[in-house]
Amino acid sequence: MGKIRAAMQIYLPIAEVSVNALTLIGLGGIVGLMSGLFGVGGGFLITPLLFFIGIPPAIAVATGANQVVASSVTGVLAHLRRKSVDIRMGVVLLIGGVVGSTLGVGVFALLQRMGQVDLVVQLSYVVFLGFIGLTMLRESLSALMASRSATPPRRRLHEHSWVHRLPWKMKFRTSGLYISVLPPLLVGIAVGVLAAIMGVGGGFIMVPAMIYLLGMPTKVVIGTSLFQIAAVSGYTTLMHAVSSNTVDIMLAVLLIMGGVVGAQLGTQLGARLKGEQLRILLALLVLAVCARIAFDLVVPPADLYSIAAK
Amino acid sequence: MTGARLWLAAAAAAVLAGPVAAQTPAPTAEPMMIGPPAPLERGPAVPQPRSDTDPPRPEQIVTGLSQDEVDITASFTGSDILIYGAIRRNEPIADDTSPGIIVTLEGPSQSVTVRRMGRVGPIWMNTARLRVGAAPDFYAVASSAPLYLLLDPDEDVRHRISPALAIRALGTVDVEDATAFTEAMLRIRTESGRYRVDEGSVQIVDETLFRADVVMPSNLVEGDYRARIFLLRGGKVVDRNTVPIRVEKVGIERWLYRLSINHSFWYGLMSLGIAIGAGALASAVFRMLRRG
Repeated sequence: MGKIRAAMQIYLPIAEVSVNALTLIGLGGIVGLMSGLFGVGGGFLITPLLFFIGIPPAIAVATGANQVVASSVTGVLAHLRRKSVDIRMGVVLLIGGVVGSTLGVGVFALLQRMGQVDLVVQLSYVVFLGFIGLTMLRESLSALMASRSATPPRRRLHEHSWVHRLPWKMKFRTSGLYISVLPPLLVGIAVGVLAAIMGVGGGFIMVPAMIYLLGMPTKVVIGTSLFQIAAVSGYTTLMHAVSSNTVDIMLAVLLIMGGVVGAQLGTQLGARLKGEQLRILLALLVLAVCARIAFDLVVPPADLYSIAAK
Repeated sequence: MTGARLWLAAAAAAVLAGPVAAQTPAPTAEPMMIGPPAPLERGPAVPQPRSDTDPPRPEQIVTGLSQDEVDITASFTGSDILIYGAIRRNEPIADDTSPGIIVTLEGPSQSVTVRRMGRVGPIWMNTARLRVGAAPDFYAVASSAPLYLLLDPDEDVRHRISPALAIRALGTVDVEDATAFTEAMLRIRTESGRYRVDEGSVQIVDETLFRADVVMPSNLVEGDYRARIFLLRGGKVVDRNTVPIRVEKVGIERWLYRLSINHSFWYGLMSLGIAIGAGALASAVFRMLRRG
């Protein structure tokens, strides 16, 4: 067994560490499963997991983005065949996303100079994951209750709110929406900024925003989110490769091998689960990650000191 | 290992023949080095006290390495370097002390930032930091006996042998207790196996032949490493040798690494292409599986 483990060790050319190939494939698989199931890229899971196995943070963030491209592409293809991608909405979100991501990279560089980037990243994780997780959990639990009651209340197609009074309306046929382009554009920008700062694709923020803010149907949300994530993380990967040489292709290939298989399994599993159940699961996952990060922030660290080589 | 044994025998023969035949009038610093020496990234820690004009010493060391180049391949999991040699006596030693050997192996130096966390409200965050100007990425010390027995403290400082002396704090120090930071750094790197002291791991046979096996970890950084070999008597360094070791990525590792630096845009596109291709392929394969 020891011999097999030793044989599976692989040296990563950019990260300059030797890690077990099976561990990486396994990590990729778990994250791919999440991706297909929930329409999140999985960046918010893969990046901390890579830190944990000893990959330098800068490389974990950039290579995580590359892995997200693969798992979201495979997810988006599966959704395209099921006609559950609103491409028009995806493009509007993407335009916002690229603008936001460029802004976010600037903010990130500023924080890095101030030496507090880790803290800000962790705090934003706690705030956003906590807020989104609780909102989703509450909403999906009450939806589940409602669907179980003897006489299910008639659901309106969507609720009218301030979102529907904005100018520049546009038809999003796949989503069955006729709304202003401003909200999706703003959602795209906000997600782009957060994505760059937190080193994630931003699906876990976008999925709830699409459901609760834009009023898109859950089935379309996941495919559309994946479409936008694939494009934004592709852009991020290229930026990281050019500006900081931090994409480790060997690491990416191993993660991808697990990831694409996981994503396919996740998509099929997702088709069998009900929308409410899916959202409860995602809400619980988001809250678990949130609790973990919050715990790390307030518990006295095992080692007060940390080192970073130039 | 058999190759190394041969070398050891050759070294022994050279020592025995040395005083009689005097085949080399002025022994050079690295008599057994193969090929031209690779340039070191930075000079030695202290000026070399020895030059060719120095009078011949009563005792000298001749050294060799099992390999002067370490290749990092995809399956690289660390490397064992055998550093061996012999003590050559140009005249009888009246001293009744026995000789000691210390071998150090150090990797390229980098600047390192050490941060300390403090409590701000309920949250722990980085509140203080110290920049260490130059610290080797890897540093191992092997010796034939406990260091405190072999080495006088002033000689340790002069040659920067202990790990604590191999790192240097440069630049402005804006914390009160700088030593706490450098100690923390030593501790963290020792725990992760990057800094190591193996006392008693150098074997000396008949006060003449010696060998040291130094294990290099899997997370090696590419660059110019160097091995230093010290011969000691009565706490003083009698002779020393420096041998460069080149640690280099080879094959696909080297190709990818160079590509990522020199053609980063194409490297980025390639990474993207692989990701998209793999995603599309998996999607197609799964569709076939479901149909079939």
